[in-house]
Amino acid sequence: MTREAVKEKERTAIQKAFQESLDEDELMNCMRCGFCLPACPTYLETKSEAASPRGRIALMKAVYDGKMLPDDDVQAQLDLCLGCRACEPVCPSGVKYGHLLEQARGAVTRNKKQSLKEKAVRRLAFKDLFPNKKRMRQVSGLIRLYQKSGLQKLAEGTGAIKLLPEGMRNMQHILPPVVSARLMKHRPEQLKHVVPHYQVSVSKGQRQYDLQAATVEQEHMASTQASSPVKRVAFFAGCLMDTMFLTTNDATMKLLQMAGCDVVNPQTQACCGALHGHSGELAGARDLAKRNIQAFEDLQVDAIVTNAGGCGAFLVDYDHLLKDEPEWAERAKAFVEKIKDISVVLLESGFLDKVQLSLPSQKVTFQDSCHLRNVMKTSEAPRTLLKAIEGVEYHELKEAGVCCGSAGIYNLLQEEMANQLIDRKMRHVQAIQPQTIVTANPGCLLQMKLGITRAGLEDQMQAVHLADFLLEAAEAGRGS
Amino acid sequence: MSVSAVKERLIAALGSDYVHDSHEMRLVYSYDATPGMQAMPDLVVMPGSTEEVQAIVRICNETKTPIVARGSGTNLSGGTCPVEAGVVLTFQRMNQIVELDEENLTLTVQPGVITQEIIEYVEAKELFYPPDPSSMKISTIGGNISENSGGLRGLKYGVTRDYVLGLTAVLANGEVIKTGGKLAKDVAGYDLTRLLVGSEGTLGIITEAILKLIPLPETKQTVLAIYEDIDKAAQSVSAIIANKIIPTTMEFLDQATIKVVEDYAHVGLPTDAGAVLLIEQDGAPEVVARDMEAITKLCTEMGATSVKRAGSEEEANALRSARRAALSACARLKPTTILEDATVPRSKIAEMVRAINEITAKYQLDICTFGHAGDGNLHPTFLTDARNKAEMHRVEQAFEEIFAKAIELGGTITGEHGVGAMKAPYLEWKIGESGIQVMRAIKTALDPNNILNPGKLFFEKKEVVS
Repeated sequence: MTREAVKEKERTAIQKAFQESLDEDELMNCMRCGFCLPACPTYLETKSEAASPRGRIALMKAVYDGKMLPDDDVQAQLDLCLGCRACEPVCPSGVKYGHLLEQARGAVTRNKKQSLKEKAVRRLAFKDLFPNKKRMRQVSGLIRLYQKSGLQKLAEGTGAIKLLPEGMRNMQHILPPVVSARLMKHRPEQLKHVVPHYQVSVSKGQRQYDLQAATVEQEHMASTQASSPVKRVAFFAGCLMDTMFLTTNDATMKLLQMAGCDVVNPQTQACCGALHGHSGELAGARDLAKRNIQAFEDLQVDAIVTNAGGCGAFLVDYDHLLKDEPEWAERAKAFVEKIKDISVVLLESGFLDKVQLSLPSQKVTFQDSCHLRNVMKTSEAPRTLLKAIEGVEYHELKEAGVCCGSAGIYNLLQEEMANQLIDRKMRHVQAIQPQTIVTANPGCLLQMKLGITRAGLEDQMQAVHLADFLLEAAEAGRGS
Repeated sequence: MSVSAVKERLIAALGSDYVHDSHEMRLVYSYDATPGMQAMPDLVVMPGSTEEVQAIVRICNETKTPIVARGSGTNLSGGTCPVEAGVVLTFQRMNQIVELDEENLTLTVQPGVITQEIIEYVEAKELFYPPDPSSMKISTIGGNISENSGGLRGLKYGVTRDYVLGLTAVLANGEVIKTGGKLAKDVAGYDLTRLLVGSEGTLGIITEAILKLIPLPETKQTVLAIYEDIDKAAQSVSAIIANKIIPTTMEFLDQATIKVVEDYAHVGLPTDAGAVLLIEQDGAPEVVARDMEAITKLCTEMGATSVKRAGSEEEANALRSARRAALSACARLKPTTILEDATVPRSKIAEMVRAINEITAKYQLDICTFGHAGDGNLHPTFLTDARNKAEMHRVEQAFEEIFAKAIELGGTITGEHGVGAMKAPYLEWKIGESGIQVMRAIKTALDPNNILNPGKLFFEKKEVVS
């Protein structure tokens, strides 16, 4: 067979998979009004209908209807989509674009002959690395070795770093300092709520909620006496968060304790499967979903807390992921109902009444995590928390809801578009000139750090995760 | 001449980055927002200047290649669907605001500027561009001008036509014509500006426009009047206008629409109400206060169960945005939403609403009706499924009856969406045979080769060759 014939055969197979796995009703529900266009980052950048949600759905439907083959252009367009799902909340018809995208990508993945390299990378990432906590710790350990041994300095100093492709070079520069393997291995399983042990001063001049101060004190008294927690919650640790961003996980659990929650951190939990799902590896994602449902379902908790929008959004979609498996559908639904972001749980638990937040005076802005905003529908809670910190002058970022270009591993695969998006983002950041950019997801955090580096602003601003920033504010508030 | 030869010539004129013929690009420019309309163009071109548009038109005229000018593709009458293939010409590279003239209160724009961008830009300078079609967040000004788009503020401020002072357009022979200017008065010959506005891309391709601006009204108030039944809402509309009050906006939503919109937008619409009117007035504070008081009284007298005032601009804006999403929100119920915009004299609005409901019942269809009640311009929207052929046929029959009724009441087949391909068979019902002859004469004089958006406005009875 000629190369063209092989390709043709592959495309026909992908088309057949489209017809088998794409939800026809969902395709039909797009009535092409175009309301999604201004919300789509790749459309904003290219102004091309093909790079819009409406265009991508039209392409999927044309393939599904047999009007065109899924040629290289169509596949490239599916790859160019960030999967940020900003098109969903603005869609009056309620089209679930994310599901269509996942189905389409799955159809491509299952039928496309992958290059040996791609196969190896996929195997490594989706079978050997992310689902396996021990390996995640080992890899993180290597990064720690690289950072601690002076190799990083040496590489950067000698210029040996330039041997790496640009994407990797940027990444290694912005990765957070990794903690030791021992700390990664020994994670707390049960944590009791704590009682804030400072007194709230009613007379404090700059306090924003003076009116509430009296009640805060009463509540403080009450909580000293009461031994029962406000809530019992489970913590979803995540694979990347529990290794590379371990300190952020610790901060999250501490905040929950301060809010009066008892925290369970089941050690049988697994990676959420988002990276698998978004890359069309649906079988792998389903296995992980089942492991997680089992790990959490008997804990009798009020909520399952996440601190990474990317994970949370995939977790709340488990019912969709497992909809065709009757013995799991109900269990998945029960699991999904408990998933909440840390910001929401803190507010629900009365965190702001219990803990005084204070930081040195600074301008702060917030970059939404797309999946937190568009899928978990959480956008106000993080802002409410930030605005409550004494010393913080909050400025809303223009296009805060537009993706920063991180999007899982998108910034490694689609470097050009990712860079265009982060540069666009940094232009809006420059208009505010904040000292701190707060994010709510590890990918966004790294991408914002990259943006700061690309804009040459390392001396002027930092990017932090909401949990780390809040803990810092709580600890400073305690001291004041 | 073959498509590939046309392509080569276009590439020579524009460069290969701006001439596309991939299957992908042709497919994504094969539709607009009109249900059931799709036709593949041969080529997609993206000019960057009036001169490039001239070059494209000349090539197409010589080769008799159809050209469809397209903004963001939000058209609802098939106007930007390339039904006879050829070239789709898009304006994403011609998207600049050229000049704000604060002495003459004009704004000069390229056709690819998004309508909302214009509105925000001038409002930041305390100026006002009133036309606000529901798609204004997406639609381009070029599209608005070509379709003479209306909007929520049409009742008091008129439509796009009333804010276009001058145009630069490329004619079918490639010549550039400049009409009007920054002028409050101009009677030099035929009013070609008005001829081009709303000509749906069939007479020329607009490449620049001078828009009229007015001072931004000082204040604005918004109320939501709630009714148990549709009739009382419709009667309120007539009563308000009969009392010589012209509100900025008077939008109507029936119960089915209220439900789908609330399901999407969560703005607190009363889902058990039979109908609501969203009424706004703007202007000097004392005038607004006086009018709103009178409006509230009239609505109550006509049977409104409550008349609630929006507590803040955010709340008012949420209500307006929710209303703008009405059509798309209807697709939450059934996949295919077929809407029309038959328009009647304002005094006939109650009668038209009754007729729509009777026709709907007769053909056993599901309907959401909403629209610009104050303009007599309703959007009865049938909810159906393109896969259900029998029901689709009943929808067609129902629309024919609605058109007939509208015309009987002294109305028209389309108030603001245009004739396009969808309503071409019915144009004669409205303007008669002599009207068609005049329009055809104009078309033939300006575009003898019929290359500009062919297949629109005029209905060609296809001869069947057996």
